[in-house]
Amino acid sequence: MSHQQDIARLLQGRSFIELSARERAHSLLDAGSCRELAGPFERLYSPWLSAQGIVTQADDGVVICKGLLDGQPAVIAAIEGSFQGGSLGEVGGAKLASALELAAADNRQGIPTRGVILFETGGVRLQEANLGLAAIAEIHAAIADLTRYQPVIGIIAGTVGCFGGMSIAAGLCSYLIVTREARLGLNGPQVIEQEAGVAEYDSRNRPFIWSLTGGEQRQACALADALLEDDSTLIRQQLLQFMARGLPEQPRHRRSRHYLERLLAMDSAAQADADSARQLFHSGEKP
Amino acid sequence: MSQPTISQRGRDWFHALCGSTPLQKGLPPSLLVADGELAGQPARYVAVVADPHNPFVRARHGEVGLLEGWALAAAIDAAVHADQQETDKRAIVAIIDVPSQAYGRREEAYGIHQALAAAAAAYASARLAGHPVIGLIVGKAMSGAFLAHGYQANRLLALDDAGVMVHAMGKQAAARITLRSVDELETLAASIAPMAYDIASYASLGLLWQLLKVNQPDQPTPADVQRVRSALADALHDIQADPQRGLQQRLHGEHRQATRKVRELLQGQWAENAG
Repeated sequence: MSHQQDIARLLQGRSFIELSARERAHSLLDAGSCRELAGPFERLYSPWLSAQGIVTQADDGVVICKGLLDGQPAVIAAIEGSFQGGSLGEVGGAKLASALELAAADNRQGIPTRGVILFETGGVRLQEANLGLAAIAEIHAAIADLTRYQPVIGIIAGTVGCFGGMSIAAGLCSYLIVTREARLGLNGPQVIEQEAGVAEYDSRNRPFIWSLTGGEQRQACALADALLEDDSTLIRQQLLQFMARGLPEQPRHRRSRHYLERLLAMDSAAQADADSARQLFHSGEKP
Repeated sequence: MSQPTISQRGRDWFHALCGSTPLQKGLPPSLLVADGELAGQPARYVAVVADPHNPFVRARHGEVGLLEGWALAAAIDAAVHADQQETDKRAIVAIIDVPSQAYGRREEAYGIHQALAAAAAAYASARLAGHPVIGLIVGKAMSGAFLAHGYQANRLLALDDAGVMVHAMGKQAAARITLRSVDELETLAASIAPMAYDIASYASLGLLWQLLKVNQPDQPTPADVQRVRSALADALHDIQADPQRGLQQRLHGEHRQATRKVRELLQGQWAENAG
């Protein structure tokens, strides 16, 4: 592409990453259908952050929007990465868990509400440690419940990525959409470096971090289903496609015997890199 | 860097509760699974324990790693599959003594989040399928390790002991990430219940169904085992008498007022915006 074309594309494109959580939810739902629930005017502040002299936010960093996706009922739970690193505390965690539970309850009443989670999160908010962890367990429970009826679709756009207990939530989703800016991993780089040393994991080496946990690598390892450009229109199209596809025949997390065998057969003494990961996930695949 | 010490509690309590019931074969040595009984009903007992020869070096102290996550999923899924046609599903008892998830390069590269998701999904599916799932915390129940092994239980029980701890992150790492010193973290933990590292503070959050006092949490006496067995039986009966299969029982703690307020508000607005 020429320089001119690059510039034109940049000016015309609609970045998804640059949107706030609220704007992201609005941009995905059918025009005019979006209703925010338990929104900022309810002033649901974290009671624990203020007790520690930390600035709070009226939505606690989680936006719940109910509306339509291609005419079908849906709820989008969007995490705001720019507030406290997208960490989940008591209030935000309760919003997310409760919204997904209500979507599952809808399905039991014959209303086919779908779930979408926009991940931009480091996981548990350490200032609310055990209440964040408890809420994340409840989010896992709610995804497991809702995916009995409808696909739950996760989007990790970046730039925060998706870590900690919320990476497990991503692993429970029916489909995952990522961009190149996204990262998905259980443990944040700093924590691994703290626990295992810099030789094991250099948290300052960004190319290394992305080579193992970046969106492109995760999609190449089939730990994500679609790798997209940072473009709101493309992301919405892909979301609607996955919605239309319905529940996956065999979700990733149901392949325990397969992965267990693969991991036991591999050379675990050798240190991992991007290639060894791709090999692990592609060898022994069913034809 | 921190060097974790190896705890024997999970292994000891597993054997104390299962007696001589043979272990399930075909699983990594870090996972103990046996089909025994509880209150005269079939029950599958599951524990993650330290394997000093674990092929994954960052998971040799009892951490929940790649193998442990996928193997937990396989062991729980197998019970659900075996009882598919049964009206009375066997209970699943998770014996919890897990210092952390495994932190390492191999773990991230090979998708440990997906392995732990598989374990959490398996426990949640078992619960939704009608298996009574009970979590018994005898030692540490840390972060991702606990999410994968036990946190999906219908009821959580813990020993009332200083060696029992539930938390999102160890103190050193938590201090680094929140830009505080360990001393500052400890001072805060004394007044902020969800940040505290002791089990009494955890109990104030309402997440535990019961806190159990025993004489020797490290080497349980026959009376200790009897006490725990009878509490597990009570939990089993409580689950069987409960029409709900979700985690609603955990929402009543004195320090979860905000949770209840948010849930009530959201539920009301959800109904108002129906259709």
